[in-house]
Amino acid sequence: MKKLLISLFVACGFALSALPASANEGGYPWDKFPEEKMTDMAALQNGARIFVNYCLNCHSAQYMRYNRLHDIGLTDDQIKKNLLFATEKVGDTMKTTLDPKQAKDFFGATPPDLSVIARSRAEIGKGSGADYLFTLWRTFYRDDSKPTGWNNLAFPDIAMPHALWQLQGERRAVFTEVKDEHHPGKTEHRFERFEQVTPGAMSEIEYKEAVGDLVAYLQWMGEPAQGTRLRIGVGVLLFLGLLIVFTWRLNAAYWKNVT
Amino acid sequence: MAEFKDISPNASATEKLANWFNNRYPSAGGFYKAHMSEYYAPKNFNFWYFFGSLALLVLVIQIVTGIFLVMHYKPDAAKAFESVEYIMRDVPWGWLVRYMHSTGASAFFVVVYLHMYRGLIYGSYRKPRELVWIFGCAIFLVLMAEAFMGYLLPWGQMSYWGAQVIVNLFSAIPFIGPDLALLIRGDYVVSDATLNRFFSFHVIAVPLVLLGLVAAHIIALHEVGSNNPDGVEIKSTKNDKTGMPLDGIPFHPYYTVHDLYFAAVFLFIFSAVLFFAPEGGGYFLEYNNFIEANPLKTPPHIAPVWYFTPFYSMLRATTDVMVYVFIAVIAIAAVLAILRGGFRSGAKIAIAVAAVVAVFLLKAFDAKFWGVVVMGGAVLILFFLPWLDRSPVRSIRYRPDWHKYVYALFVFFFLVLGYLGSQPPSAGGNYVSQVGTLVYLGFFLLMPWWSRLGTFKPVPERVTFSAH
Repeated sequence: MKKLLISLFVACGFALSALPASANEGGYPWDKFPEEKMTDMAALQNGARIFVNYCLNCHSAQYMRYNRLHDIGLTDDQIKKNLLFATEKVGDTMKTTLDPKQAKDFFGATPPDLSVIARSRAEIGKGSGADYLFTLWRTFYRDDSKPTGWNNLAFPDIAMPHALWQLQGERRAVFTEVKDEHHPGKTEHRFERFEQVTPGAMSEIEYKEAVGDLVAYLQWMGEPAQGTRLRIGVGVLLFLGLLIVFTWRLNAAYWKNVT
Repeated sequence: MAEFKDISPNASATEKLANWFNNRYPSAGGFYKAHMSEYYAPKNFNFWYFFGSLALLVLVIQIVTGIFLVMHYKPDAAKAFESVEYIMRDVPWGWLVRYMHSTGASAFFVVVYLHMYRGLIYGSYRKPRELVWIFGCAIFLVLMAEAFMGYLLPWGQMSYWGAQVIVNLFSAIPFIGPDLALLIRGDYVVSDATLNRFFSFHVIAVPLVLLGLVAAHIIALHEVGSNNPDGVEIKSTKNDKTGMPLDGIPFHPYYTVHDLYFAAVFLFIFSAVLFFAPEGGGYFLEYNNFIEANPLKTPPHIAPVWYFTPFYSMLRATTDVMVYVFIAVIAIAAVLAILRGGFRSGAKIAIAVAAVVAVFLLKAFDAKFWGVVVMGGAVLILFFLPWLDRSPVRSIRYRPDWHKYVYALFVFFFLVLGYLGSQPPSAGGNYVSQVGTLVYLGFFLLMPWWSRLGTFKPVPERVTFSAH
């Protein structure tokens, strides 16, 4: 039996080391989203503000109710005063006023609903959806060959223009042509660095913080119950840990006389 | 009919109630004795024997959470995705119920795979337990159908395209295929009609079959009694006075407390996933499934959920080249059987004819069809295990040491197939999964031969047991 288990473990270890790396890798690598923002109420609230002011014009979050923002510490009054603009009620879901058909004409693609965007954009072996969004919002650059005049490293040929450009300012990307090691005669278009063209309303550090807040909000909105889930989870595991001890001793008490 | 018993008017209320009940349902006590308090199970069960009762626990979790999900879910292509998000956000504790159900689906396959592996290494399928094994295999098959149909219901991109791919497989069956696929879908593509029928099957038809099979599995088990890690028949050594097996122990209370203990351990692990990683790293809830189904947009990479991936790998491994490998294998097997098998001349001719027909059929139909056959065969072959295994002992403990490496190789390739099935196709991966497919099929098809080879160890009269 032991031999069998050992050989199984060895086999599994071998399997893991011998397998080809995940084929999902590729493209621009994602930065790590600062997870600690998920427990920072001020960050989440600021993220909600940015979301409503900048994203909700074109994108909806049709499964998300305004009054769910209670969970990140906002009151009905605060929501009404700061986040509702037209005829919405606090119990409504976040809908955009942009007509999807028009949007398709404007951008060439319908802006996707953002309710679960942070969950859907994760990739096994590459990172979480938050990592992706955190990278996306910091890799826009000017590209005159695109219809909107904008391009993105994390999402090449993105249809969306840089909605936060006033905050970040305009940047251009510097690429170099590198010889491809695997294909002689071919060159690889490799990203080198960004260059600021016009200054934004925020410094680079301020902008990074703001994007972090926005992504924290998007991540939270993907599953508003996540904070509750983690909190309850700790209690459940403590209870079950205790139950294991009791059932273990109960079992031992019954079996002690079995010979 | 049992005799109607009167009870003294001075008896306690509890006794009176028990007597009233016994007079009207006398077999209830017998049922309890036969399956619980006087069902003798071998006392040397080890770690591997927890997974049967855990499967039952997960079944209950799935049914109960399923009942609550159906209260809020809408089986409508226009509303299904939305209603799942509604459950996750607006239904009180909806997120918990939904995660229990989605994590439960994966947990079900984890415990069932481990339960089957236990049966495999200890020879639990051997005479007289063939029926127990066959009912179990049927449960596995039905469970796959249940999981597959349930996966369509959230109506995400993977739900939709996964269903599209799998239902399309049926259209590869010669002659009836296209009509069969149409019958399953109820439409020419996966659509609202498909969602509605899958919902019906998932919540009522298949669970009914599943429950019936589980009952048959347990009754069949209790008729013949459990096997154990030594593969020794405990009924052959009985107490002279009581007639009870010396190495047996009443299921209740001994194994109920035993299973209770491990159920707590299981629930701890289950809850750790449920509360802290409900997406299972993208394997339990695939990330793409958070995008609503779009019939006009095929995702670049369609991967089934992890528990189907070993079989999906085998399907993908069956290419045109692989069909030639099958032809070569059949030719070699036929030549060996004719030259070395020691058959009479009539049988030799029959083997040659069968081989020629098999080769002809392999080339007559598309490789895609044979992929479906391999995938289905990989599951169906399990049913025949009791007759494929010819080893003189049941348990791996008393088999030649090198048998353990055969099992390890089998498990290794099963895991590799599972991994590769979750990955986009690649040339190297495909080659490895072809080897894996041959190992998987060879393990079973050659079992009548290899399971007899080697020096077997003496099997003890009684089970090996040391007091806890």
